[in-house]
Amino acid sequence: MTLRVDRAQEEPGLQDPQRREWLKRGGLVVAFISLGGARHVWGFPEHARLDADHPQFAPNAFVRVNRDGSVQLVMPSIEMGQGAYTGQATLLAEELDVGLDQIAVEHAPPNRKLYTNPLLGDQATGGSTTIRFCWTTLRDAGAAARSMLVAAAAQRWKVDPGQCTTAHGVVTHTPSGRTLSYGELADAAGQLTPPAKAPLKDPKQFQLIGKSLRRVDTPGKVDGTLAFGMDIRVAGMKVATVQASPTFGGKLVSVDETRARAIPGVIDVVKLDNAVAVIGEHFWAAKKGLEALDIHWDPGANGAFTTEQLFKDLADASEHGTPILGREVGQVGNVKGKLISATYQLPMLAHATMEPLNTTVHVRPDACEIWVGTQVPARCVDVAMKVTGLPAESIQVHNQYMGGGFGRRLFEDSVEQAVAIAKQVAYPVKVIWTREEDIAQDRYRAAYYDRISATLDDQGRPQAWTDRTTGASVMATFAPGAMGKNGLDPDLVECAAELPYAIPNLRVDWVRHDMPTGLHVGWWRGVGPTHNVFVVESFIDELAHAAGKDPAAYRRDLVSDNPRARGVLDLAIQKSGWGSGSLPPRHGRGIALAAPFGSFLCVVMEVEVSPQGEVIMRRAVAAVDCGTVINPNTVEAQIQGGLVYGWSAALYSGITLKHGAVEQRNFNDYRVLRMNQTPPTEVYLVPSTETPGGIGETGTVMAMPSLANAIFAATGVRLRTLPIDTSALVQDKHALDAVLSATTPDPSAASDALAAIVRTPT
Amino acid sequence: MIVLSINGQDSQVDVPDDMPLLWVLRDVLGMNGTKFGCGIAQCGACTVHLDEQAVRSCVLPVAGAVGKKITTIEGVGGTDLGQRVQKAWLGIEVAQCGYCQTGQIMAATALLAQKPSPTDADIDSAMSGNLCRCGTYVRIRAAIKQAATGQITLPQTIA
Repeated sequence: MTLRVDRAQEEPGLQDPQRREWLKRGGLVVAFISLGGARHVWGFPEHARLDADHPQFAPNAFVRVNRDGSVQLVMPSIEMGQGAYTGQATLLAEELDVGLDQIAVEHAPPNRKLYTNPLLGDQATGGSTTIRFCWTTLRDAGAAARSMLVAAAAQRWKVDPGQCTTAHGVVTHTPSGRTLSYGELADAAGQLTPPAKAPLKDPKQFQLIGKSLRRVDTPGKVDGTLAFGMDIRVAGMKVATVQASPTFGGKLVSVDETRARAIPGVIDVVKLDNAVAVIGEHFWAAKKGLEALDIHWDPGANGAFTTEQLFKDLADASEHGTPILGREVGQVGNVKGKLISATYQLPMLAHATMEPLNTTVHVRPDACEIWVGTQVPARCVDVAMKVTGLPAESIQVHNQYMGGGFGRRLFEDSVEQAVAIAKQVAYPVKVIWTREEDIAQDRYRAAYYDRISATLDDQGRPQAWTDRTTGASVMATFAPGAMGKNGLDPDLVECAAELPYAIPNLRVDWVRHDMPTGLHVGWWRGVGPTHNVFVVESFIDELAHAAGKDPAAYRRDLVSDNPRARGVLDLAIQKSGWGSGSLPPRHGRGIALAAPFGSFLCVVMEVEVSPQGEVIMRRAVAAVDCGTVINPNTVEAQIQGGLVYGWSAALYSGITLKHGAVEQRNFNDYRVLRMNQTPPTEVYLVPSTETPGGIGETGTVMAMPSLANAIFAATGVRLRTLPIDTSALVQDKHALDAVLSATTPDPSAASDALAAIVRTPT
Repeated sequence: MIVLSINGQDSQVDVPDDMPLLWVLRDVLGMNGTKFGCGIAQCGACTVHLDEQAVRSCVLPVAGAVGKKITTIEGVGGTDLGQRVQKAWLGIEVAQCGYCQTGQIMAATALLAQKPSPTDADIDSAMSGNLCRCGTYVRIRAAIKQAATGQITLPQTIA
């Protein structure tokens, strides 16, 4: 697999003011930013003109106007629920001067030349970059198309284009009142040369940007007509389900398929090096067939690996490994004062997208066709080339709507596997992973072990700060070219190296400790910031407590030179009623403040912790400054949903390993948040004309620390390990222990004791 | 041969009795609106109505649906209530990825058919079996109330 990361661009690029701005905004972006000058012409090198039979107007890779006036907009990013299609269509439509009700969106085909996201260095969707990377370029594309349509109208009328205006797909010659629709102008405009640059609207003239427009993808999502990858049906297609070696790095030794083949509807059993698939007339036959297989695995080198071993190894690496410097300011060693230290541990996490992974593939001798919802369409072509030996032009990937991505679909392992299965049969096959396979064979969020410390002055302000993160690198395999010269994976220090707070001496480093071979880690919603902001914001709370200060006031004092951080902090304080009114016992408010992905957020959580340790989330208030807002409704939805994703992980989710395999199987033991556990959530946006920041992952980033800090406020228990161990939150722990450890179980005595705890006044 | 009454129409299918209704709908009849999420009745993505009760079709043997009235997302808009629910879903813009939403809408419609004015506790009770990984729960709750009362509690998207 090749990733077009141009390392030579890195250093000179630092002189570019726009790039310096990105550098300030986040490590993942720093890591990926790579294509430099290409940005200015991105999307234009091939005009993607359609064949002569369809003389539409296709001035660039994104805009197509047909004679009948219909407009298709090709989406460079993918839609996995985050609102990318609506946001990107809005940017194009705004400058093209058409309404969202006049357009249809299309999935972009794999084409790195046309659809590479310059911030990721590939045709990929992730890192909360979707609006950031195309804020200017898609408006440019829309404006260029509009100017050509205007030019075509002016030529026909023999008037000055400056006398023409556009609105809702119609050009009007203002002095005469004549009008021509875009459809009527499509052929003529198609004969013109696209301008190098067309003027953009003054933001004050925006008709669409900033409005809560209906999403372009949701009507089909409420009546069941919208097709996800899972819904693909092609002629002659069969359905497969698969099991890979439960132990990471294990291999298939042998399989007895006699019983499986006897099941009605089972067609084939396909063996791969590390997996077996059963193909049936339908999924049910395939699944029953898979369950009937007698499989013998060679567990390989990881057969004894456990989560306990993983954290022991991480702790050892943190103490004795070689740190790679992320950022150093001043001299942390010279600072005297009160030293506070803490160690935080974060678990491996699965993505558990609602739509289990699936890929439909038809491999023929001369071609390979793939239908899949993927965050990396071009990489799917790469793996299909690798597996089939066919050239790129013989491989077609039809991207689909995704039932959630969250980073899981940035990895094409399931596509590679599906192509390998389909290669062994003559017919098209849809390979569906069961939920169990989805949980057991994820590209997991890595586990982390972080040691953090601060030295406080007499006023309790941190004068020195050290943060050593320890964990595996995703970037090293995902985009090796984006690793720093010193071997730094910037993801490991993102939102740890650059804090919103003024701290004069700081040293942040990372000890790389990769997983055993065969155990793959991956991007998970919020990436580095989800990991680091939990640690940093929990620890800032610890410092406030040590200094005897209110956590919000403590933060406010440290962001006096950071107006946008202070803006969201003050807004969240105001809207949440922070500090006003007293809360009942075992209720508490927690706060978290951060600047991930080029945006600024402050979240205040209010929780109640029952005497038995159950965490009840009462209310969440989020203040968000993400610069210019394209669609306020989408921003609010992403914050609401991102918080839920993060709360799920904080409260319930955690992947553990035993015998080198994942212990969790399905939603019964990989628990996620449900409706009855979700609090009312308020989102407040700061009006801004700044360049848009990222939004899709930010809610998740803020969820964990604000919740943990609220639990501390309610109980006095500082949670430094996730997921939250509710047994640590039991009010009368001694009484509970007595109940649980009673040597002679007496059900009535135990229930009496439990009842006593339940009745304990709070 | 098994005869099923789906959305008011009879369909004949030649499938094993123990095959879950979900896969009969999806892989035999090509009705893709009902989704596979977990296969063990933990997520609700496969929710359909059986005689107007919400059931998880991923664990319902098809034989158990014979002689009963099956309603799926493809048919739920045929009732005034189903339409109101779908309209509220769009007005509030509940869906993100949308994969779970057909199941959510089926569960919500069954709730409202039984309890036209549900309390928050009723909503929790009826909807907590339907997972949404995009985290649209706040809006689902609001949409159910909007469908129930006709009153708008959240700003509506602009069509």
